[in-house]
Amino acid sequence: MKIKFGIVVFPGSNCDHDAYYVVKKNLDQDAEFLWHKDDDLKNCDVIVLPGGFSYGDYLRTGAIARFSPIVHEVIEFANNGGTVIGICNGFQVLVESNLLPGVLLKNKSTKFVCKDVFLKIENNKTRFSGEIAKSVIKVPIAHGDGNYFADKNIIEELENNNQVVFRYSDSEGNTSENYNPNGSINNIAGIINKQGNVLGMMPHPERCSSEVLNNTDGVSVFESIVADFIK
Amino acid sequence: MYKVTVIVKRRSTILDPQGKAVEQGAKLLGYENISGTRIGKYIEFDVDMENETDAEEEVKQFCDKLLANPNIEDFEFTMEKV
Repeated sequence: MKIKFGIVVFPGSNCDHDAYYVVKKNLDQDAEFLWHKDDDLKNCDVIVLPGGFSYGDYLRTGAIARFSPIVHEVIEFANNGGTVIGICNGFQVLVESNLLPGVLLKNKSTKFVCKDVFLKIENNKTRFSGEIAKSVIKVPIAHGDGNYFADKNIIEELENNNQVVFRYSDSEGNTSENYNPNGSINNIAGIINKQGNVLGMMPHPERCSSEVLNNTDGVSVFESIVADFIK
Repeated sequence: MYKVTVIVKRRSTILDPQGKAVEQGAKLLGYENISGTRIGKYIEFDVDMENETDAEEEVKQFCDKLLANPNIEDFEFTMEKV
């Protein structure tokens, strides 16, 4: 049985092919690109909102993508329990769509940050993290607006429900502001919705999923999704 | 028809790194009296409607839905009949 991944392509997406490569070549699953103007998810089992700069990040990151025909379908799919993962710009689209709470503000430093970071796996019981064997993974980030923010009561709810899946840390899993690249509240790098079917994360697991890239820590995120379907 | 100008402001409780950076620039230039710098957005457009109340409602909805993110931003607008 093969899982069919649908990778949404907006004008300005630039990690769509990386995500396609991981699921198609590394994991030998089915994959299809979904154009932003289309309104058909083509029977995909999983939707990937990839990284990039959809619509040039105009107005706010993800703000215009959120109203594209395909995202309209993605919202309905997610509300019916469908599996959706948003990476970087995809995470920004998810918060603008209200599929995840909060916002992604400009990095505290005002700088675009592009480097490897360590992520502490805070919850490995989700359908996006069930196959992550390590307690800390090394994954690259590349963003200018990754500073996660939400009201105090929302943060409390996220923490109490174990909805924080990834947190910026050092290589040992110690979390502190020193290892936080963007000023995110509580060092949050990735969260899941209450229902557990929508994940948003700023780091790029699709960019570290092949031996040839010298880091395969990210592939376990996609393996988790596949394993969850098969079990 | 109305000419509309919208100002979108980040709420005062939300950190504004851009505003802060600009304020540092001001200090570097020697403008010691300048503080509280915040960066917002200025947007203008036309609304082709005759009834002022209806046009106002349309603009409000548009701002709420797209131009401002209600989680972190407030907006204000003015309309001028043209």
